Amino acid sequence: MINTQDVLETIGMIREENLDIRTITMGISLWDCVSEDTDRLCQKIYDKITAKAEKLVKTGEEIEKMYGIPIVNKRVSVTPISLIGGNTTPEGYIKIAHTLQRAADNLGINFIGGFSALVQKGMTEGARRMISVIPETLTETQNVCSSVNVASTKAGINMDAIALMGSTIKRAAYLTRDNNSIACAKLVVFANVPEDNPFMAGAFCGVGEPDTVINVGVSGPGVVASAIRRAGDCDLSELADVIKKTAFKITRVGQLVANEAAKRLNTPFGIVDLSLAPTPAIGDSVAHILEGMGLESCGAHGTTAALAMLNDAVKKGGVMASSHVGGLSGAFIPVSEDAGMIAAVERGALTLEKLEAMTAVCSVGLDMIAIPGDTPEDVINGIIADEISIGVVNTKTTAVRLIPAYGKKAGDSVEFGGLLGYAPIMEINTYSPAKFIARGGRIPAPIHSLKN
Amino acid sequence: MKAVITVTGKDTVGIIAEVATLCAKHDANILDITQSVLGEYFAMIMLADISKLGIEFSAFVDTLSALGESKGLVIHTMHEDIFNTMHHI
Repeated sequence: MINTQDVLETIGMIREENLDIRTITMGISLWDCVSEDTDRLCQKIYDKITAKAEKLVKTGEEIEKMYGIPIVNKRVSVTPISLIGGNTTPEGYIKIAHTLQRAADNLGINFIGGFSALVQKGMTEGARRMISVIPETLTETQNVCSSVNVASTKAGINMDAIALMGSTIKRAAYLTRDNNSIACAKLVVFANVPEDNPFMAGAFCGVGEPDTVINVGVSGPGVVASAIRRAGDCDLSELADVIKKTAFKITRVGQLVANEAAKRLNTPFGIVDLSLAPTPAIGDSVAHILEGMGLESCGAHGTTAALAMLNDAVKKGGVMASSHVGGLSGAFIPVSEDAGMIAAVERGALTLEKLEAMTAVCSVGLDMIAIPGDTPEDVINGIIADEISIGVVNTKTTAVRLIPAYGKKAGDSVEFGGLLGYAPIMEINTYSPAKFIARGGRIPAPIHSLKN
Repeated sequence: MKAVITVTGKDTVGIIAEVATLCAKHDANILDITQSVLGEYFAMIMLADISKLGIEFSAFVDTLSALGESKGLVIHTMHEDIFNTMHHI
């Protein structure tokens, strides 16, 4: 029998506390589209994506109705295009990106991810050509997302690849200078990139994935924040339990939706991603959870400890609620997409250095951070190298999504709109790492004994 | 297959009757009702068997929601699985 309290709690979570399913992402392998001729390749890509994901949006809407829970995004991720494009010319890669955009338009999905390259150990000529046109691609398309994996714990850090990313990001910012350098919001640089991530901009369908697969990302910072508020002045052991129980409930909904979507789309279920993904909406902020735990402001000393506990408790609660967990799984701390983070930066409590420290204990990295438009490429490379090192040494995913907003200075702000929110431009340290980066080569993979 | 129908809002005469009539019209068999009135505030939770539902579930959801709006009430209709999975191991 249904318990009244349970019913009211669930409805309260959805209506009052912004509980939603952030995304149903269908991974689609494009291996069988490979062709020597770019036009034929594009046609096969278009046909496959539009056939496999034909019912994705409709199914998502049906499930929303069935369970009364919003499913905010329906997305597609594809095999990294640098692998599928192979010998294609730079113009050919742009053509493929337009094909992805046409497929996305046809399906009515929110984003399509996979304009990606895996270059952690070295770069093929195909990957180099694809990376060379990322700025144009992200400027000429609206819903295509791009990512580049430049490092892994097993391979080490490809500094030559990092050296390319600073200029790529700056050029993307310049090309979309009339639109707040929005192209940069669709480009992520990764270490240890997960191959089954449902979240954008970093989603792609990994090499070892099946032909099609359903991955689901949940949300729910508002639900966790409310639970913490209700818990009152309990000690940290009790607080961890409160977070675990809440994460369990949130993730169970994700699993339910994932099962239903997989069944209706006749597609294997992949994973549920346990991330707490914030939005700019009031009451949907990870920073506000940390403040609810007892910090005067996110960014205060103690923030890293609070975040570490939150992240761990979310995983512990979520892992039992789902049959397969994957993706990024942790708390996201994107600045522009989180009202509490924005406020913390604006009041001077949260700096780039603190954000970097926070990324050592949570997913996913320096995310959606706007920096001055005149930041030198080498400084961006240095920021990437630092963040990537945290991931490589700690055997975790880290990523960098920076927006050097063209023509803007520290203290200004940029407005992206929608889920991407708005961001105050953060002050950064501009002492040059140029000579270090220019040495090139690879930072060797870290040792996994003698831990300290 | 069962649905949980929750009705909240200001208490007026005949709320249960209206919802029950609509359920009957679409062959949703009511299995259980709990309701309470707090001051002027009315809250009802209804469990209905929808395996023989005469219309699409999504249309049933919309019809009930529209009834609620016309009476100044909020009516949510959700598949029972969301409650079961969230609150039971």
